[in-house]
Amino acid sequence: MIDTVGIVIVSHSKDIAKGTADMVHQMVGSEVRVAFCGGDPDGGLGTNVSLIVDAINRAWSPKGVAVLVDLGGAETNSEMAVEMLQPERRSLVAVCNAPIVEGAVMAATEAAGGSSLEQVKAVAEELSAD
Amino acid sequence: MSIQPEKFKTLVKAAAEQIIASAPELTALDQAIGDGDHGTNMKRGFQAVLGKLEAIVAQPLDEAFKTIGKTLVLTVGGASGPLYGSFFMAVGDALSRDKRLPEDLAEVFGTGVGAVSTRGRSQPGEKTMLDVLVPVLQTLRAEAGRPDLVARIRETASKAVAHTVPMQATKGRASFLGARSVGHVDPGARSSCLLLHAVCDTLESRP
Repeated sequence: MIDTVGIVIVSHSKDIAKGTADMVHQMVGSEVRVAFCGGDPDGGLGTNVSLIVDAINRAWSPKGVAVLVDLGGAETNSEMAVEMLQPERRSLVAVCNAPIVEGAVMAATEAAGGSSLEQVKAVAEELSAD
Repeated sequence: MSIQPEKFKTLVKAAAEQIIASAPELTALDQAIGDGDHGTNMKRGFQAVLGKLEAIVAQPLDEAFKTIGKTLVLTVGGASGPLYGSFFMAVGDALSRDKRLPEDLAEVFGTGVGAVSTRGRSQPGEKTMLDVLVPVLQTLRAEAGRPDLVARIRETASKAVAHTVPMQATKGRASFLGARSVGHVDPGARSSCLLLHAVCDTLESRP
């Protein structure tokens, strides 16, 4: 099996994160490592830096990890999580500016072909282009 | 370090208790223009800080600030966790380098404000906590050494919160509302003001 970029899905809602991951799995099977998380530290709607760090490490690949987020706090907390990774991993994680569901599916499809992290991120972010 | 641990403990405790007591107000403000979780998020974060207060004040001041920041990052849950967390961690970093409190207060505070701006990719005028933090930084720089500095900081923070009312949000969840964010106090600006007022009140009550 070739190394593929890992995909992490970070939503305020664990249900949305899991549902998005299910859709990604249906598209790319198990060719791409996918991890997801959602919910604040009390289990309510929100995001949680520790869970994001864990998800990135679960989806880890030597080619890096693309993170798809939903709303503001998910992005800010994901950026914080990247800074809390082991130093050698930080530059291999990209938080994508893309819609979470479509972005995750497109990123995973691109990753499945063995593309680089830059290519995976670019494909996801095309969805946000005007 | 010329801040006594007991004094530091009183300050942190007062700030945390103020946020916890004001959680309903912050949530109400956030329900108007955000997603209504600012109060509960901040309360959770500052309860976690209170929970480890003894351990925090046992640390050197720079490490204590970093622990407060990291605790907020890990427990708040919203964007305000990394934003406030970055503020306190940057303050800790500045003290780890060569800065001292209270001598370098404006510079140390400025380092924290800079970290918030970088983390949020935000500038003053965008209806955020920076609309309180930046005016307060300007007051700290301009009025350092004045006997009424504490009172002037309190006044600056209060006025700055009021100034967020006519602003239109361009950052964060409130930006989705566009012009409808106008006419409301920004919840992050209000929580920054509450923290600053708690510190001012403590400094004035025990000179």
